[in-house]
Amino acid sequence: MEFLQSKVLQILENVKDPEIPSVSVVDLGMVEDIQIDQYGRVKLKVLPTFVGCPALEIIKKNIIEAIQMVDGVNGVEVEFVHDPPWTSDRISEKGKVNLKQFGIAPPPVFIKEKELWDVECPYCGSHYTTMENLFGPTACRSILYCKSCKNPFEAMKPISTLM
Amino acid sequence: MRRKLCRGEGINVDQIATPQEAIQNKQYKMALIELLYQLADDDFILAFRGSEWLGLAPHIEEDIAYASINQATMGHAVMYYELLESLGEGSADELAHERKASERKNAILLELMNGTGSYLENPSYDWAFTVVRHYFYDIYKKLKLESLKQSSYLPLAQAATKIKMEQYYHVMHWKVWFNQLVLSGGEAKTRMQAAIQKVWDEFADVLSYGTYAADFSKYQLIEEENLFKQKWEVEMQQVFQKAGIDYPGPPSARKGNGRTGMHTEDLNQALSILSEVYSLDPQATW
Repeated sequence: MEFLQSKVLQILENVKDPEIPSVSVVDLGMVEDIQIDQYGRVKLKVLPTFVGCPALEIIKKNIIEAIQMVDGVNGVEVEFVHDPPWTSDRISEKGKVNLKQFGIAPPPVFIKEKELWDVECPYCGSHYTTMENLFGPTACRSILYCKSCKNPFEAMKPISTLM
Repeated sequence: MRRKLCRGEGINVDQIATPQEAIQNKQYKMALIELLYQLADDDFILAFRGSEWLGLAPHIEEDIAYASINQATMGHAVMYYELLESLGEGSADELAHERKASERKNAILLELMNGTGSYLENPSYDWAFTVVRHYFYDIYKKLKLESLKQSSYLPLAQAATKIKMEQYYHVMHWKVWFNQLVLSGGEAKTRMQAAIQKVWDEFADVLSYGTYAADFSKYQLIEEENLFKQKWEVEMQQVFQKAGIDYPGPPSARKGNGRTGMHTEDLNQALSILSEVYSLDPQATW
């Protein structure tokens, strides 16, 4: 059973967010729970990043298709749950590196005293950046601009239960 | 999982963890369903009105931001409709598309057209009205979610926790627009004042809990209606103070009470457009 569990987890590393093809659903912190019974039936609890994310159904389909390919698996069920809620600190260290590779900065840190976002440019590493638009091309991303290397870039929106 | 909820001096209510449990108590279920329809229909219709600004917003950055906000708000409506679905009310798609105006529980303010003309013909939409309607509604929604996070119905409390994190950015967005326009002079200020009046004329309806108000608090689905109104008023007084405008006193509900199924022609107009494609073939999978 443990072998199967690790196989499933391994294959999930290949299931990417269709809107960010460098990061897996595991590294995004979306996979909350994997249960496998004695008959090889797999049940997953997955956390949606943003409620209105149109990619959710595609992600669900991709997860099911990937896990079905694993030897010994006999059926897959994916359930979206909201408890615990997904927060941006669930993104793994590897996920952060892969986000940068795709030109997306990991969730910026909000410095409350200065009311400023601290964001590192994914291209040149400079912190001399400005927020252009909190809302970007997808619900989970913002648009920024690097004043050092003069590149526009995106960053994952910080999301926390403290908000 | 069951734990006792006891807040204030109210009676103790067991926390209800699943739809199956909720269905066992008829009265509880009725109150819960009523509240969910209000929440779902409010977000649904406002997200639709917002989507009518697509391509028409004042500048391209706003077009992106507003589209994103509407997508998120529509997602919130879906979440509430799915909670209704799990309580046996029908599928989320049916609930969104097939209910007549008289069955809708949204506040009238949120169904009103963005201005004159239509999306396809001479859309002469009022940005000031849009900013004020959204900002005031989003402050209200933030407070409502804070209260819903304590709801006796666990799935609703969890949904509220999730939605509230996204709502943070919505409030922030409209706050910037509101303060910039109100604190500027000339036409912007005049138009914003007219918009504030228009929104204030109907806002009592948004605040209304409708006919099941007593049951909402009896079952601790949400805090008591008058307490909530007071909380909202305190917050709004600060908003007006910071913007340098006099607080206009309690809001009215001139066009009636949407929570009881009363609506304007504007809602029929919205429903006929938003369900046009769906009605072509309700069985189709999109």
